[in-house]
Amino acid sequence: MIPGTAVWFARHESRLAWRDWLSMITAGRRERLRRVVIAILVFAIFMHFVAYWMVGRYADAPIDKPVLVSITASVLLSWFLMISQAMESMTRAFYARSDLDLILASPVAAQRLFAVRIATVGVSVAAMAIPLAAPFIDILVVRGGLRWMGAYGLIVAMGAAAAALAVGFTVALFRIIGPRRTRLVAQVVAAVIGAAFVIGLQVAAILSYGTISRVSVLQSSAVLTHAPDLDSIVWWPARAAMGDWPALIGVLAVSFALLVAAIALVSPRFGEYAIAASGAGASRVSQTGRQSAFKKTSPRRALRRKEWMLLRRDPWLVSQTFMQMLYLIPPAVLLWRSFDDGNGAYNLLVPVLVMAAGQLAGGLAWLAISGEDAPDLVATAPVPASFILRAKVEAVLGVIAVVFAPMVAVLAMLSPWHALVASGGIIIATTAATAIQLWFRSQAKRSQFRRRQVSSRVATFTEAFSSIGWAATAAVASVSLVLAIAPALIAFLVVAGAWIMSPRQAGA
Amino acid sequence: MKHVMPPIPFALEIHGLVKRFDRPAVDGLDLTVRTGEFYALLGPNGAGKTTTLRMIAGLLRPDAGTISVAGIDALADPVAAKQIMAWISDEPMIYDKLTPREYLEFVAGLWGIAPALAEERAQELLSWLDLKPHAHERCEGFSKGMRQKVALAGALVHDPRVIILDEPLTGLDAGSARQVKSVLRERVNAGGTIIMTTHILEVAERMADRIGVIAHGKLIAEGTLEELRLQAGRANGAANDGASLEDTFLALVAEQAQAA
Repeated sequence: MIPGTAVWFARHESRLAWRDWLSMITAGRRERLRRVVIAILVFAIFMHFVAYWMVGRYADAPIDKPVLVSITASVLLSWFLMISQAMESMTRAFYARSDLDLILASPVAAQRLFAVRIATVGVSVAAMAIPLAAPFIDILVVRGGLRWMGAYGLIVAMGAAAAALAVGFTVALFRIIGPRRTRLVAQVVAAVIGAAFVIGLQVAAILSYGTISRVSVLQSSAVLTHAPDLDSIVWWPARAAMGDWPALIGVLAVSFALLVAAIALVSPRFGEYAIAASGAGASRVSQTGRQSAFKKTSPRRALRRKEWMLLRRDPWLVSQTFMQMLYLIPPAVLLWRSFDDGNGAYNLLVPVLVMAAGQLAGGLAWLAISGEDAPDLVATAPVPASFILRAKVEAVLGVIAVVFAPMVAVLAMLSPWHALVASGGIIIATTAATAIQLWFRSQAKRSQFRRRQVSSRVATFTEAFSSIGWAATAAVASVSLVLAIAPALIAFLVVAGAWIMSPRQAGA
Repeated sequence: MKHVMPPIPFALEIHGLVKRFDRPAVDGLDLTVRTGEFYALLGPNGAGKTTTLRMIAGLLRPDAGTISVAGIDALADPVAAKQIMAWISDEPMIYDKLTPREYLEFVAGLWGIAPALAEERAQELLSWLDLKPHAHERCEGFSKGMRQKVALAGALVHDPRVIILDEPLTGLDAGSARQVKSVLRERVNAGGTIIMTTHILEVAERMADRIGVIAHGKLIAEGTLEELRLQAGRANGAANDGASLEDTFLALVAEQAQAA
């Protein structure tokens, strides 16, 4: 293979990507690989059962408007998520220094590498989506025939188009707001874009039909009436997924044309953007704070204040941590809409609040407990370790209280009982998520927030299942306290399981 | 700054210190540092210097042995020992989103220093270390040297009696290194004790009152530069007069390697 060619670069990139992926799934420990592969296989089999239950009955669906609307909505949602992921990857490609200095300082035509790197984003986005979609497509193929194989082709096309849009958007941001702000804006947009579609549909459903279900909008007579005719180009992606080969070829052609155009336009100037990005951080001077006297404080208060200040001053972390809060917008709209007529929407609100609290607490607890940027300083302070942990937990609880108190207060005016159940659920879910982060704490930089899930999958899954469990408990408790004992017991067992599996407990 | 030191002869006493990871990192180390002394701990890579300092600072728990800091049993009462100690590593760990002033206020809060006193010390330290013009800038744009100076200011703001430094001059430019050295020397002149590891032997030669050489987790030589020369000369079987610390250090380490 001739060094410096596009193929040579592609081999280099694929080797790096493969090793990065292996490191990610094994959390850096190759001896875990066999266990991880078995776990993935078990999960894949489980997902095929889930897929059978969810989409099995639609395998023989005819090509009509309701089906096309549903598939198009699912494709759009997936594509939004793929764009979000592509934007993340593209931002990393511009800003992460890693090997850029080496490449830009070498005599090879860097343009080739950058072309490969942009294409790699498309490939990686599609490669991430295929395993997630595969169980659903497989079930549709088995039950509905080979025509559904078109869905795989559609995912490849969506990956290419997502990469093209992401690179176009990132470069546009570079030009409009400059390299310094692009990173933050791109990351925030990437975080929001995936959620925006679902939230938009839910808000529309609530405002139109008084329900949080997005299916209500998609299958409403208004949407079906105004939807384009069956032969419209709008349905090409949905038709492609259902095995309409001309539509699939069309979608693939448009997507790859977009990607090739993006590569041709951006790769010659990629180096300039990367150099501009590298200078963005260096010249940054943020003047903060006025000359005010030092305040009387205790170590615990100093720690709490520090945690809040660091969070407040990091817009990227705020966007990542509070992303779950976006999902509170639909229930907030539902709450606002239910203010007068007092319908039974509260039963739906309570678990959403509890779930969001648990998820937010998990993220915040990781930041406060594991994401300590000056661990040596805090560890050498003349205060007991338990004292430091307590202060950090208080910082987490403080944020949760500030975020959720207003919604619970409004709910209390409408239904004191539901407010009481929501409060209890929020407290328990928050405590459980914080405790799990405490048991699985490990030293990390705050900038590694996005990768916290791969550091301990047990912590990630138990935290998620704990939040779901407590949300389910709260939902049932809204109706009957006695019936809530069963889900509460399951949620408790999840938390207890996390405690038993935690490294400290295992090492004890 | 005024320093009132009770008459404790030894700032640090270590006996039989042991720490094992895959192999012994520190292996029955005995070490004594006098109050008001600048003590440099030298050794080849992997000798156990950083592990020793981290155990003294309370960042690692030893497998065996005792550590006494200014008469306080650091293993039995770590909080009391930490109250009079400061730790600085080669990689300054500060908060990017805080300004130097806010960082110092946070450290003063952790050590429970009265606000007025802490503020006075913070102003003084920011001036000494030429950080005053940057006192209200977030640390995220700072160079390595500036970050190390912020960390040093944080270590000094609570007026510690014992300062432990692990390679504090690594990566600093000449100007920053000189500032750090002068601040450290001032602390020793004021009665403070400094225990420092460094690979820059010239710094140890010029600044340290006594030097300890550690290899394979054991102290293999200790004393003033003159005393070390004598020990190295005995080991070589030749006079070692006028030898630099580098020659002396390499001779001692080579002798220990041969003995091992």
